[in-house]
Amino acid sequence: MNFDFSDDQEEIRHAVARLLDGHTSFEKSHEMLDESAGFDRDLWAKMAEGGWLAVTIPEDYGGAGMGAVELAVLAQEIGRTLAPIPFGAAQYLAIPALVAYGNADQKSALLPNLATGQKIITVALAEGAGFAPGDVSAKVVGGKISGVKSPVSDADVADVAIVAAQDETGASGLYVVDLKAKGASVEPLDAMDPTRPQSRITLNDVAADQLVGADGSAINRLIDGAAVLVAFEQLGVAAHALDISTKYALERTAFGRPIGGFQALKHRMADMFAKIELARSNAFFGAWALAEDDERLPEAAACARLTALDACQFACEESIQIHGGIGYTWVANPHLFLRRGWHLKAMLGPSTIWSERLLGALKTPETLTKKAG
Amino acid sequence: MDFSDTPEEAAFRKDARKWLDANATPRDGSEKLQDAFMANTPEEVTASQAWQKRKADGGWAGITWPREHGGRGGNEMQQIIWNQEEGNFKVPPNIFVVSSGLVAPTLIAHGTEAQKTEILPTLLSGKGVWCQLFSEPSAGSDLAGIRTRARRNGDDWVINGQKIWTSGAHYSGYGILLVRTDPDVPKHKGLTMFIVKMDSPGIEARRIKQISGHSSFNEVFLDDLRIPDSDRLGPLNQGWRVAMTTLTNERYTLAIGRSVGGMRAEELIPLAASVSLNGCPAIEDNQVRAKIAEFASRQRGMEFTSYRIMTALSRDKEPMIEGSIGKLLLGKLRQEMAGFALELTGGAAGIGDSPTDQTGLWRGDYLTAPGNRISGGSDEIQRNIIAERILGMPPEVRLDKDIAFSDLK
Ligand SMILES: Cc1cc2nc3c(=O)[nH]c(=O)nc-3n(C[C@H](O)[C@H](O)[C@H](O)COP(=O)(O)OP(=O)(O)OC[C@H]3O[C@@H](n4cnc5c(N)ncnc54)[C@H](O)[C@@H]3O)c2cc1C
Repeated sequence: MNFDFSDDQEEIRHAVARLLDGHTSFEKSHEMLDESAGFDRDLWAKMAEGGWLAVTIPEDYGGAGMGAVELAVLAQEIGRTLAPIPFGAAQYLAIPALVAYGNADQKSALLPNLATGQKIITVALAEGAGFAPGDVSAKVVGGKISGVKSPVSDADVADVAIVAAQDETGASGLYVVDLKAKGASVEPLDAMDPTRPQSRITLNDVAADQLVGADGSAINRLIDGAAVLVAFEQLGVAAHALDISTKYALERTAFGRPIGGFQALKHRMADMFAKIELARSNAFFGAWALAEDDERLPEAAACARLTALDACQFACEESIQIHGGIGYTWVANPHLFLRRGWHLKAMLGPSTIWSERLLGALKTPETLTKKAG
Repeated sequence: MDFSDTPEEAAFRKDARKWLDANATPRDGSEKLQDAFMANTPEEVTASQAWQKRKADGGWAGITWPREHGGRGGNEMQQIIWNQEEGNFKVPPNIFVVSSGLVAPTLIAHGTEAQKTEILPTLLSGKGVWCQLFSEPSAGSDLAGIRTRARRNGDDWVINGQKIWTSGAHYSGYGILLVRTDPDVPKHKGLTMFIVKMDSPGIEARRIKQISGHSSFNEVFLDDLRIPDSDRLGPLNQGWRVAMTTLTNERYTLAIGRSVGGMRAEELIPLAASVSLNGCPAIEDNQVRAKIAEFASRQRGMEFTSYRIMTALSRDKEPMIEGSIGKLLLGKLRQEMAGFALELTGGAAGIGDSPTDQTGLWRGDYLTAPGNRISGGSDEIQRNIIAERILGMPPEVRLDKDIAFSDLK
């Protein structure tokens, strides 16, 4: 057993961190926030050039053919640097869906173009409330899809979406839909994180190409996998929010000493750290379960999700508090993290959904079942 | 203790409602203020001033103020009743909270007769909007560390420095300004309070944008600002004592005001009924129900804490305990409640159609709440006050208390 990244994975982390650090900054994030712009095309091109958009795409289709743990390494760095690119929905959900269930035609039409960044893909699961595959009302009839999906990340810049819908028999499935096709429309929503735009997509009889085999339980598995990867992104966000807080707490003085010396703040930061590390342990288990296709993935994913949601929100909210008045201003950095944290919460939904999924996944000890029986 | 109206109070309530019915429109839930104490547009400033003037003309501004200063000469219970009734109507934000909640008590306690006669009536009529020029870039919680310097020059003081986070400075006509008049004594002992006209030469206010996107506070630059000594508020080098009056009043003014403003726990019920959670209406979920009940009970508790503040005031007691408790609990409650409302929107988690739909309003609250946890003495400072001054715990070790300000690093 080994509960950490390997040396090779650490090397990947260093490489991608170098690239992201070179092309992201708080200044840039603020510019994008002011302009409500969610897409840094320059960074996107650099990510494509480095092969970072193709980590889990099979080599036959122009990718690196690596696994979920390597992608988790990337996710954490994307979170840390608040990179404004259409990365998550594509990498955590769309590409895994295509790789697992796409036929040869679907794969060769999309994967090589996604690997080079020439095409952008997103995923449309939610219809407002939930993330259960049974919750969808979008419908496919005679190969044409109709329905409304919201919120959908990156739909404003995506060419294609993988959309969850029911077929004529009421069975859930995933469909490849061209967002530029006639009958598809995309309207912007008012997003918590304007650097990660959200949209509502409305589909009226648009051609839908099914990913055969992606049934309800497959969708659930994809959602679990995504929860693990998003947890790593949340860890990146939370750890960086803690980092700017400890730095500030050492610099800022009140009553003749650094504010970090006050136990109220010192203990708060220790709590932030403890929550982050707890979530990290769960995320590691989740990454392993995902990479190994272990049967405990649903439990691991829900634990990773629940603890990452908590750690991320706590770290981001308290980072503002520790910064005092300056933390409450637009030009300061703490709210960049808070906003991204909420974006990641909207991706896959809040804890109310995941606590139910966890309870569904927990195995009741046999002794208890016996007693109850 | 009596939570129901006496016959006199019932009569007062009836009068108040009658006047409000004739002068304002009842609230129907469609209109929500993001911040009940701050104007975000010039239109809101004008509307707020006009409403204040109307109340003053009708005899409803300054309910507890003595008649000689233009008030109604009423009691705190009447003020509570008025707040409750006014809360049922669509009224502009109350930009006079600093003026009447902070400045007035400071003036009454420390001002000269001339200052009181001149200023107090303008506070009521809405003509004079005031701001509080205390905090500086390097002195917030540690307010006594301010650096803005006043030097005597004939009958005047010449002032240089910078203030920050000054709420409403851009629409205020006046301010109370805390400055250092003697740097060669320990930091609490060389401060003095002044009254300042905001349009004086040498003052420049620049708006600061908050995380919510609104901008209700300012940086204020003071560059050779001249203030006559007659505008000093309280004795020379006794500014800390004067500021304490302001700050104590600020705590419970915020605690009282915030307990009625903003989104309410009840509003979570229709929201929870309109969204689904794990396949059922969220309102049927026990976790959701328990949470809403918890928020409602905390919010009620805050409201009744504010009544206890008023009761203490009516008995001429300083509502030390209630003020700090109220101030400490309100920001976190608001933050948690709004965060929960955003979670109720499920997969949308805070993403809505516009800033004015239900989600947008809760998000506005969520992004305003962090300010409530910082302004008026942060949560941590309130906890220190409660632990040290109420529970008698030993104070934090203070290295800077007895050293001359000029010798501090
Ligand atoms: C919305 C808003 C409106 C405001 N309006 C006004 C106004 O109108 N006029 C005005 O003068 N000021 C105003 N302020 C300023 C406010 O009073 C200060 O922001 C506040 O006192 C905190 O000071 P600071 O920002 O310098 O933070 P700091 O004092 O630097 O605090 C940073 C962090 O350190 C913590 N800390 C500091 N000392 C201690 C301690 N001893 N123990 C434990 N923790 C500690 C704080 O709680 C905080 O978390 C406003 C602030 C806000 C946010």
